[in-house]
Amino acid sequence: MKLINYISQLIIPVFILFTVLYGFIKKVRIYDSFISGAKQAIEIVLKIFPYILAIFVAIKSFQSSGAFDFVKNLFSGIVKIFDIPQEVIAIALIKPLSGSASLAVFTDIIKTTGVDSLATKISAVIMGSAETTFYVLAVYLGSIGIKKTKYLVPVCILSDIIGIIIAILVVKILLG
Amino acid sequence: MNIIWFILITTSVIFSIVNNKLEDFTKSIFDATKQAVEVSLFLLGIIALWLGITKIIEDSGLIYHLSKFFKPIISKLFKKIPKDHPSIVSITLNLLANFFGLGNAATPLGIKAMTDLQTLNEDKETVSFEMMLFLVINTASIQLIPFTVVGLLSQYGSKSPNSIVLPTIIATVISAIVAVINLHIFKFLFEKNKK
Repeated sequence: MKLINYISQLIIPVFILFTVLYGFIKKVRIYDSFISGAKQAIEIVLKIFPYILAIFVAIKSFQSSGAFDFVKNLFSGIVKIFDIPQEVIAIALIKPLSGSASLAVFTDIIKTTGVDSLATKISAVIMGSAETTFYVLAVYLGSIGIKKTKYLVPVCILSDIIGIIIAILVVKILLG
Repeated sequence: MNIIWFILITTSVIFSIVNNKLEDFTKSIFDATKQAVEVSLFLLGIIALWLGITKIIEDSGLIYHLSKFFKPIISKLFKKIPKDHPSIVSITLNLLANFFGLGNAATPLGIKAMTDLQTLNEDKETVSFEMMLFLVINTASIQLIPFTVVGLLSQYGSKSPNSIVLPTIIATVISAIVAVINLHIFKFLFEKNKK
């Protein structure tokens, strides 16, 4: 584990060193190249800013208005039938929406149910196997100005739901 | 996205009236704008850094060696990408960054991949199948070790923080495969509907 962690930490520095060395040997004006690449970032961020703002406003207001808690309660019945810890609903609902909020919910689950509880384990796997879907979609599509998304959003939502069910099943089978 | 945004905003306003949480609602939208600015500024920095690095990769010709190397893997999934296209490299680098849990590098490289895929796209306002495939794989988030989660577990004194690693890998791989299958099913249904 420590070794894998170390290798992961090594990747970026080594990659940058390799790139710069290779460019230098090939007699590229690496500094000028870097600057001209970095310049494009301003344009990209200006493009994606409104998308990020829109998604943040929608998600934050959804949480603060109590609508999120309402949806959470809706699901508690289903969860009871399948013998899944209640706490899992919160993490399953928040993870596709917000990275920082899901981290807060996850820490809260550790504190309230214990660090080795089933709820914590399921939440941990959901944290690691799901992505902040709406943020990714907003940023990636926004950066190139895509407006028509065809069937992409339903595919992502459906895949998120199935992904969470898979996470619950895998934990129940392997660790439950 | 239009429908989702509409639903989120309208239900939020209705709920905040019903629950008498109007003050929280107003505060939260201003918090959100502040957070959006912070995140964007943060992104500006890391995107600039990685676009600078990838520009060196392009200018030095390293990109051709990398794309030749990764082409066999990527072309199995992305059949329509021509060989030597820069998107092969940016897609691979993004997936690798995700795989090793390097979130800060993944987003800029992902944006680069989308920009590269856009050059192959015929209708610039409509998402292409390759883009959808890339995004679907991305949102399934294939990751080797979930460092943040493992770190939190051990910080709170878990007996075996690593026990979740294998389940996470299994869950994430299965859900990525399911997501790709879903995409193909939707594509099939969508095109059938058109005819």
